[in-house]
Order: sequence, then C-alpha cells, then structure tokens
Amino acid sequence: MYFLETKNVVKQYANHLALDQVSIRVPEGKIFGLLGPNGAGKTTLIRIINRITAPDTGEVLFQGRPTVENDIYNIGYLPEERGLYKKMKVGEQSIYLARLKGLSNDEAKKRLTVWFEKFDIMSWWNKKLEELSKGMQQKVQFVTTVIHDPQLLIFDEPFSGFDPVNTELLKNEILELKDKGKTIIFSTHNMASVEEICDEIALINHSKVVLSGNVDEIRSNHRTNTFKVQIAGDPVKIDPTKCKIIGEERKPHTPVLLRMEKTNEISNSEFLSYLLKDNELLSFQEEIPSMNDIFIKTVNNS
Amino acid sequence: MSKLGIIINREYFTRVRKKSFIVMTFLTPVLFVALILGTFLLSSIKDGESKTIVVADETNKYFDVLKSTDQYQFIKSKSFDDFRNNSDKQVYATLVISDDLLKNPSAITLYSEKQVTNDLERTISNQLNEYLSDEKIASYDIPGLKQILNESKVSINLQTKRLSEDGTETEASATVASIVGMAFTLIIYMFIFIYGAMVMQGVLEEKTNRIVEVMVSSVKPFDLMMGKIIGIGLVGLTQFFLWVGLIAVFNFLGGAFFMASNPDVIGTGTEIAANPGMMQKALQVLSTINIAEIILCFIIFFIGGYMIYASIFAAIGAMVNSQEDTQQFMMPISILVLFAFYAGIYSVENPDGPLAFWASMIPLTSPIVMMTRIPFDVPLWEKLVSIVLLFGTVLLMVKLTAKIYRVGILMYGKKPGMKEIIKWLKY
Repeated sequence: MYFLETKNVVKQYANHLALDQVSIRVPEGKIFGLLGPNGAGKTTLIRIINRITAPDTGEVLFQGRPTVENDIYNIGYLPEERGLYKKMKVGEQSIYLARLKGLSNDEAKKRLTVWFEKFDIMSWWNKKLEELSKGMQQKVQFVTTVIHDPQLLIFDEPFSGFDPVNTELLKNEILELKDKGKTIIFSTHNMASVEEICDEIALINHSKVVLSGNVDEIRSNHRTNTFKVQIAGDPVKIDPTKCKIIGEERKPHTPVLLRMEKTNEISNSEFLSYLLKDNELLSFQEEIPSMNDIFIKTVNNS
Repeated sequence: MSKLGIIINREYFTRVRKKSFIVMTFLTPVLFVALILGTFLLSSIKDGESKTIVVADETNKYFDVLKSTDQYQFIKSKSFDDFRNNSDKQVYATLVISDDLLKNPSAITLYSEKQVTNDLERTISNQLNEYLSDEKIASYDIPGLKQILNESKVSINLQTKRLSEDGTETEASATVASIVGMAFTLIIYMFIFIYGAMVMQGVLEEKTNRIVEVMVSSVKPFDLMMGKIIGIGLVGLTQFFLWVGLIAVFNFLGGAFFMASNPDVIGTGTEIAANPGMMQKALQVLSTINIAEIILCFIIFFIGGYMIYASIFAAIGAMVNSQEDTQQFMMPISILVLFAFYAGIYSVENPDGPLAFWASMIPLTSPIVMMTRIPFDVPLWEKLVSIVLLFGTVLLMVKLTAKIYRVGILMYGKKPGMKEIIKWLKY
C-alpha cells in the first residue's frame, strides 16, 4: 500500500515544462527522498502534493484515492524557503499556525507546550521571532510543521542553515516520526543524509523522474565490479581474463592497496577464492557507489 | 472559527494592539485641534514692543486724530525735513501729510525702511477715514445728517432654509455643508490610501518573509488575501469610530470651553471665538446636517472604495519582490486616487454639476467624490446607482486581483511584465 502516489503529473508554466509525466510512489511509514538538482521540479511537485497548485494533467492519490481539500490537515510541510512573522511573538504565532491547521486554541496551546518543553524553548514563548537566532527560528518552524500530528511530512532541505548539533537533533526527530509510523518525504541535495535516513528515492532531472526505487537496490544496481584489495608480497599473480588492476596506492610500511575490477561472469565469491588461491590476501572490499556518485552520474547522463 | 475568521482575527488584533495604532488614533485628533487652535493663538499674539511712527503733519490738522495704541506710538514732528535731519531715533515709519486730505486724498504717504505691516496701514486708514467722513458730513451743514446716514445703512440677513417634501423648513448653510463634505472627503481619501497601502505592506511582508509558502499549504490564497483585506479594513473602521467618539467628546468639551471663556483670551483673530452667538449658530446648522446619514454613507463608501483599492494593492504586493519595486505600480494608482480627491474638492463648488455627478458614479472615484456631495442632499437613486456600481466593481476587482495574487505570491525572481500578469489572469 502506497501512502501517496502521483500518476503522470504534468505541470506546464508559461515558458517551461516544470513536470513531465512524473510518477512517484511513497510507501507508508517510510522516508522517501525526493532528489534532483536545482530547478528540476522538486518544489513544483511538492506544491502539487500540498494542493498549493494543481497539476495540468495527472493525479495525486492519497492512500489510494484522489486527494481532497481536507487532506492538507494531514500534511506537515517545511518549505525550503522558511519564514515566520518576524514581529509576532513565538507562542502566539505558533498557535495561529496550528489553528490554521485545524487545531482548536486550547489543543494548540497544550501540544505546543509539550513540544516547547521537549526542545527546551519554553522561555521563548513571549519573545518576538526577530529576537531569536536563525537556528532558534528553525526549531520553532519545525514545531509548527509537526504540531497537528500529520500522517505525511514533507521536509524541503530541512538541514540547511542548521549547525551540526541541531542537524543531529532534527535528524533524530525525523527518525522518531518515522518510528511513529509517519510517512516522510524528504527533499535534499545532501546525499550523505539520503544514505543515512532514506528508504526510497526518486531522482528528478529536467522535469522527469530519471531514477527511483529502494536506496539499497539502487546502490547495488550501480555497482561497477570494483574492489579494494590488499595483498602481501609482490608481484600479484592474476589472470587478466578474470580481472584487472585499475589502480594502486603505495605507502611506506603498508602493503600496497589495489583497485581491481572483475568481469561480470564471475561472482564475488568466485573472485575472492580466485585471489586467495595464489595470493596472501590481507583485505577485500567491494566498492559500492555512494548516492552522491549515482546522483552525479545519473544527472550527467540524462 | 473558520480559517478566514482566524486570519481576520490575526490581521486585526496584531494591528490594533500596536502602540503606534493607539498613539496615532488618540494623537491625531488632538494634533488636529492643537494645530488649528495653535495657529489662531499664535497669530493673535501681538508684538511686545510698541513701534514709533513719526507724524509730520504739515497741515497741523490730523495729528490729534491719530491715537496711539499698544502697538503704535505716534510722535509729532514739525516737518518731513525736520524728521530727516534728526533721524537718529529708532523710528519704524514716518507718516507725511502734506495737504488737506479732503481736498487731496493722496497727500499722505507712509515712509519706512522695511515693508510696513498691513495692520499699521489699516490702523491709520481706519482712524483717518472715520474722521474725514465725519468732517465731510459736517461740511454739508445739514442738521442730523449723520444720524440719517446711520439709519440708512441696511444689512439684510439672508436665511437659507431647506424645504422638504412635507413642507417642514430646516436651516441650512452651504458653507457648513461644504466644510462637512470636505472633511469627510479628506478622511475617506486618507483612509483608502493609508489602509490600502497597509494591505500592500502586509502582503509584501508575507512574501519577502517567505511565510506565504507555509500559509498557502494550510489555507487557500483567496482566504489569505481576503482575511488581510477585511482585517485591515476593520482596523480602519475602528479608527474611524474612535475618532467619531473623540470628536463628539471634544465637541462637547470645546463647546463648553468657548461658552465659558472670555472671548479675548481665545484670540481676537477668530471671528467664531469673538462671537459666541455665531458659534452657537454654526453648531445649530451643523446639527441640521444629517450626521447619521453621512456616517452611514461613509461606512458604505469606505468599504466599497477600500475593497477596490486594497485588492489592487494586494495584487501589487504579490507581484513585486521588494519595496522599491512597488513604486512603478503605485504611480498610476496614486494618480487615480489623487484625481478623485481633486474632483471631490472641485465638486464642493458645484455639487450637482457634471464633474461631480460622473465622478461620483464611476466606481474608482465615486467613494471619494460622493462624500463631498452627500451633505448637499444627493437624490436617493444616485446614491443607490453609485453603490450598486461600486460593489459590482468590488466583486470584479477582487476576482481579478485574487488570480494575480494567487500566482504572484509564489513567484520569486524577476519582476513580471504586463504580458505575464495577463497570463496569470488566465491560469
């Protein structure tokens, strides 16, 4: 069961096609990474999911049915370009935003108190937003995003502008939301965080989905049959029909580190046992491409 | 509460609770009254020093006629030449009379280094004219002529009364109607402009703060725009009602003040203060003007005019990215509103003329111009047609500007051209 699906969504702006037949499937209770270079159409897609704009053609399904007006109560959206009312007091402002998400005044106050205490920011309640530092404002913004306890959370570049301490805090919050069964769409350029927290991804480039699926599967599909191998003693005895050395790194007092590429015909274990036969093997590790490599490669190829 | 209600609530209370709003609301009428009273008081303060005027009366007839006042000290001198030779004295002006003024009225000249005040000219002319007039009358040698002449001075007192259909008469005054009309025209002009611009500021603030992206993910852009327009409009009405209340209090206190105080203290420069009877009459005529009707019309026309301009301002705020960019779009709007304002001012002269009529029908100018005309009793059908046209335009305008607003608030980067804005209307 997919929590959210977009089917062949097309959005045409005056001068360019923002989304071209975009279909994504976000499984329930997972963290879904929406990746792509700047201007690829991520924000447009997020706006369509949020019902801020409507697609020209195609549809958005929420738990299998077309989205309706009230679905926005079930979405928490943290936009990339963040902002709050600078002159308004933090508490008052948070209540206002929570009420617009359908909470009553009392309920909003109650929940905000819980969150503010959790983040230890209760003392900011009566401060004007402009008195807070940028990082503090981000915390307030995060609270207002999750305050109505939505099933679907959309974070657009959530870590931009956070210091490492707050990044860690936010990451843990996101994982905690996932543990509670929330579905999360996570749009970012930061590939390291994608590997760390995303289960599934879709990569959008030039308005089209160019790559999608499970992160582990994608990485393993992009393997290039290269290995890092350390062998004691020189020379290395290998059969060029089975593998070749594509690079080597020599450092004093350490055995030489080789980068080797095997052919497609043999499996990893065959390759390993073949190396073991004639050589004294010290270490053996397959190079699995990082999401960063995959991102760059896919974007450049498409 | 509906979302629109929540938004109106915020827009209204964040502004009404601001210190600047409270201070301005209470200070503006006080400043206004202080300005008017202050000008009167300042103009009535006399120079402390008395000025010396040397009178060289070669006929020796007129010096005794000129009586020194607090301000002007008349000193006799033998002749103009004599004065010229001894001009070491601090002399303000010299009056030279060289011939019999009855025979030769131009034989009098006032010399001075600086331009003399009107007041001095008036003092001298009045005193001499009265004396000469009496002289002349006496020269006819007709007994009792002076009395006859006095009795022959007739001044009519033209009463203006408005005749209503049922025949009852009410006192009316075109002057009072013009003043009231002008006052309301000025207020409605200011309100439409100030509060309209406030809507633009608000929209721009939300856009540049980027909060708008968060907002539109929970409310419809239309609600966001209307919430702002309505909330700020209510702030305007609140201010208006507070002013009406304050003016009523001032009026009451001020009336009592004028009655109780010695007119001389208030300043002889003001006719009204010098003549409490006239003040009373003004108040009486004022009370015949239907204040309730004017206020009702003000509210209706303010709402209509404000909605039109505020929605245009909202669209402008949504189109641009910074304060500087608004100038270009503000220009045509300012010219239009200013035109309406001047049309209103000229309509005072001829409240039923073609300019007044048409300008009070065309929705973009009607709220301002109509307020000038209302105290002059506009036929009901004209008011109704004007209101229907106005609110029809409001609906149209809100519809159009909402489209621009919806697209504009999420557009960043380059300023849109006319072509693009027309495209937005079609989205």
